[in-house]
Amino acid sequence: MSELTRETLTINMGPQHPSTHGVLRLVLELSGETIVSCKPVIGYLHTGIEKEMETRTYHQNIALTDRIEYLASYFEEMAYCLAVEKLLGLEVPRRAQYIRVILCELNRIASHLVWLGTSALDLNASSVMMYAFAHREEYQEMSEIVSGQRMMPGYFRIGGVQWDLPEEFFPRVRKFIDELPRRLDEYEALLTDNPIWRDRHIGISSLSREQALAYGVTGPVLRASGVNWDLRKAIPYSSYEDFTFEVPVGANGDAFDRYTVRMAEMRESGRILRQALDGLPEGPYITSDRKVALPPRPELVRSMEAVIHQFKLVSEGIHPPKGEVYAAVESPRGEKGYFIVSDGSNKPVRVRVRAPSFSNLAALPVMVQGEMLADVVVAIASIDIVLGDVDR
Amino acid sequence: MAGVEETDLQRNVLTTTVDRMLAWARRSSVWPAQFGLACCAIEMISTAAARFDIARFGSEVMRASPRQADLMIVAGRVSQKMAPVLRHIHDQMLEPKWVIAMGDCASCGGVYNNYALVQGVDKIVPVDVYIAGCPPRPEALLYGIIKLQEKIDEQGRQGTRTA
Ligand code: SF4
Repeated sequence: MSELTRETLTINMGPQHPSTHGVLRLVLELSGETIVSCKPVIGYLHTGIEKEMETRTYHQNIALTDRIEYLASYFEEMAYCLAVEKLLGLEVPRRAQYIRVILCELNRIASHLVWLGTSALDLNASSVMMYAFAHREEYQEMSEIVSGQRMMPGYFRIGGVQWDLPEEFFPRVRKFIDELPRRLDEYEALLTDNPIWRDRHIGISSLSREQALAYGVTGPVLRASGVNWDLRKAIPYSSYEDFTFEVPVGANGDAFDRYTVRMAEMRESGRILRQALDGLPEGPYITSDRKVALPPRPELVRSMEAVIHQFKLVSEGIHPPKGEVYAAVESPRGEKGYFIVSDGSNKPVRVRVRAPSFSNLAALPVMVQGEMLADVVVAIASIDIVLGDVDR
Repeated sequence: MAGVEETDLQRNVLTTTVDRMLAWARRSSVWPAQFGLACCAIEMISTAAARFDIARFGSEVMRASPRQADLMIVAGRVSQKMAPVLRHIHDQMLEPKWVIAMGDCASCGGVYNNYALVQGVDKIVPVDVYIAGCPPRPEALLYGIIKLQEKIDEQGRQGTRTA
């Protein structure tokens, strides 16, 4: 008998599994139902986007960035544009910076709503999932009004944004942020005091402060472990220093703290949105540097120079100076950064994406070590990975 | 047939073939396998959620096990590493089964013409309906499902797919 009890069982979870949130594969070694070791196997969604970027011009690449962390496309565009702008030493008009903040914060709420819906669905709370996705539809519609696409907007440009925010966007976003606290209260009423939700989350998949730092975890997972680190505060970009908001921080680093941190983050995003809408400055929405941004239409019929600029930009694109840059933003999952190497031509030599999901996933084995098999589902949901971001 | 009018018969009795009956039953409840790959899967979830409500077309039962499903919606890009797994899952599904390639990536590789992606899922499994878009709107997915239903009906009428 003693021989038998020492034996472990290795099982395979994924890549096709309803609660791995994509094509993640875990090789789990179990002793009974307790996890002895967990090994994530990734690469099932490897798309070669980084390599693909080397063959496109700087403007064309914006479309590819959208498809990496596809629940947070605006953040991808933001990080990429910030990196290229840094390379060019370009100043972005303040209105454009505010517009970017507005869309990013809307996107953050929408991304957290997907997390909320899917993690509730994993525990069979399907009404929360229905509410969250219906709520997210409002964001999708706003995104469509602004950019023309429900997902994959492709709205940010190097030096600004594609066009100004349309009139019909404003009443919608106002209504959205007015309703937001009530909606969040509703979700919390369904979950926070729900005994199943509490039992499945409190004390589950904990990550201590030291472990979180050692594994390079970022975003809400890091903040739930008690580290107050948010790039919007630490290294403000795109005028984030203009807004007052709190950075919610947890204490225990368990799945429940991640839940409370994200819920609080959504409220804070609502606050930032209100400030950004109230303080939206007048002015151009894209830089007037003709070497970077297309000339406005009316100029084309009047000025030969504008036609030449247009032709150069469309046929060749921009030529940033030689060099390397790194720029990062605080995406809903953590630090999303772009490292770009330029050799002075119109295409990047190397683009490397610092993916928050990737490093957060690396901490999964220590989170689930010694816990029950059923808790792996909660652990995966609580770190909120996007496999497109992990594998790229 | 004393006492029974010819018109009564026409009104109350429906004559059909077994094939058409089967096809009618099949196309009214096409159960998709829950198989999200990438960005398109998010739109697939949106289609299943409250606003678009795929249940109106009888396809709301997303099964986690391929053995309980008869439709595979390939929602997203298929990498070379994923391809054998996808084929495996397709093989596990019971006949009759159908495949929808949702989105540009599943249909033809989309914007990625490179070493990592299978250039269209029809290289590994037979595809019945292709849906264009990156990602296709939920309405487009619903339209694709309706097209598939028409196809199943047509197969029943012609008796081409009997398994
Ligand atoms: S078609 Fe577009 S949205 Fe769909 S998986 Fe491919 S890149 Fe993503």
